[in-house]
Amino acid sequence: MHSALLAIDLFFVIEKLVLIVAIVSISLVIAMYETYAERKVAAFIQDRRGPNRAGPFGLLQPLADGLKLFMKEEIIPNTSNRFLFILGPCLAMLAAMMTSAVIPWGGKINFFGREVNLQIADINIGILYVFGVVSMGVYGIMIGGWASNNKFSLMAALRGASQVISYELPMGLSLIALLMLTGSLKMSEIVGQQLDSWYNVFYQPLGFFIFFVCAFAECNRTPFDLPEAENELNFGYHQEYSSMKLGFYLFAEYINMFISSVVMATLFFGGYDIPFINDANLTQSVGVNLMALFQGLSLIIKVVIFIFIFMWVRWTIPRFRYDQLMNLGWKGLIPLSLINMIVTAALVLLKNNGWKF
Amino acid sequence: MQALTNRAKPVDRKPMTVVEKLYMWSIAKGMLITLKHLFKKKATISYPEEKRPFSPVFRGLHILNRDEDGRERCTACGLCALACPAEAITMEAAERLPGEENKYREEKYAAKYEINMLRCIFCGLCEEACPKDAIYLSETFAPSNYQRKGFIYGKEDLLIPSPKENPGEYAKAIGNRKANSN
Repeated sequence: MHSALLAIDLFFVIEKLVLIVAIVSISLVIAMYETYAERKVAAFIQDRRGPNRAGPFGLLQPLADGLKLFMKEEIIPNTSNRFLFILGPCLAMLAAMMTSAVIPWGGKINFFGREVNLQIADINIGILYVFGVVSMGVYGIMIGGWASNNKFSLMAALRGASQVISYELPMGLSLIALLMLTGSLKMSEIVGQQLDSWYNVFYQPLGFFIFFVCAFAECNRTPFDLPEAENELNFGYHQEYSSMKLGFYLFAEYINMFISSVVMATLFFGGYDIPFINDANLTQSVGVNLMALFQGLSLIIKVVIFIFIFMWVRWTIPRFRYDQLMNLGWKGLIPLSLINMIVTAALVLLKNNGWKF
Repeated sequence: MQALTNRAKPVDRKPMTVVEKLYMWSIAKGMLITLKHLFKKKATISYPEEKRPFSPVFRGLHILNRDEDGRERCTACGLCALACPAEAITMEAAERLPGEENKYREEKYAAKYEINMLRCIFCGLCEEACPKDAIYLSETFAPSNYQRKGFIYGKEDLLIPSPKENPGEYAKAIGNRKANSN
């Protein structure tokens, strides 16, 4: 009996380890090719061609960029706090990667008679966990900027911290409205509810819009890239960083973009659900494993569309001024999300009391 | 003030309406513009594979010309050096010895002929000054170099390959120009 327990545990550990390694490497590869896609999209929007020399269509460009970053000299400023200086990019990367733990990447797969859930941790406070980790991401910026011992970095860290904190509020409020509809914080259940019914975005269009805008701010992407603001802070919080530590910061931004796209797709666009198709019927005809593959692909396609929108917006809209950013956050989005929340709450209450609509 | 083009518009300083303050319409318009550009023809030319054609009057690197028998045309008269506004040309003359008639066209020739490509402004005045049609500007430009001395072109760099000994190279150096045209 003892050995049986141990065996089950071992399988569980292996299964989760494999999942973790797979998901981490997939998100790293996607982030890598996001840098390529970003350059291509930027080039196409500006009537250029973008990287096309390294490999076919320039597909090896991210590898070349990575190699370049690794080969660069690693400089730690004399006056910086060494420990915090190194901790900064680590935290940024860690926070970016950790969110992927609660995302359901597909349905179940059948692996030699063992049912494997394509989700690292199906915890019942999934969204809360996402929020906790995302707000930890600001420490990467803050610690890095502060430890650099440079006034521009400090300014950037200040801006980054206040921006992320201000935009987390409307983000959370818009999600509360969504949670009142779903009645669960569990990611897998939110996806499950959307599987064969309308996506949440149709019930919460305003909520989605607010979440979308806030996601831009949380990722420090243009139009909200004030912490970087090349022309005002000459690079912002990662000005003193070089080599792969700089690479980590840049990379963390792309992983954040990927993860927030995944979260948006999961919460509002049905996650791994394949649109216009009855999932249960398709599962019966193609089998569980193939179905999980289709579902994963469907999620990735949704994510790619979101990432494209992220880039499209970046190369269209100029940066906000700091006061405009704060005005939009506190006077625009927070009241809007509060109204959205109250209206949703009223409707949910009426529906629960037997109103028909 | 008188308007120059009649296209000037006074700046609109009306306070924005609520709809305008949302910026949604403007953002959508901007996004549409960038989306259109996504599918436009690219302005870039993939340089080493594709080259932009030069203008027919393009003035590039100098070439010292030969006549149809492959003899050097230059007689070291120095008119090109005189005409040169940048003083980029130096030369030393020498007398043709008996037996060198197949190498030099006239009795005097340039033993040394140097053009400093860093000084040269590619104005083409040397080409115009030359009475013997011995120098003209080609359709290539000077390749980059790590040292200044690499930009001082001697006779061996400037002379066109002989049409008799090396007709293929000669044709390439001539390019689209008509050789020996007077």
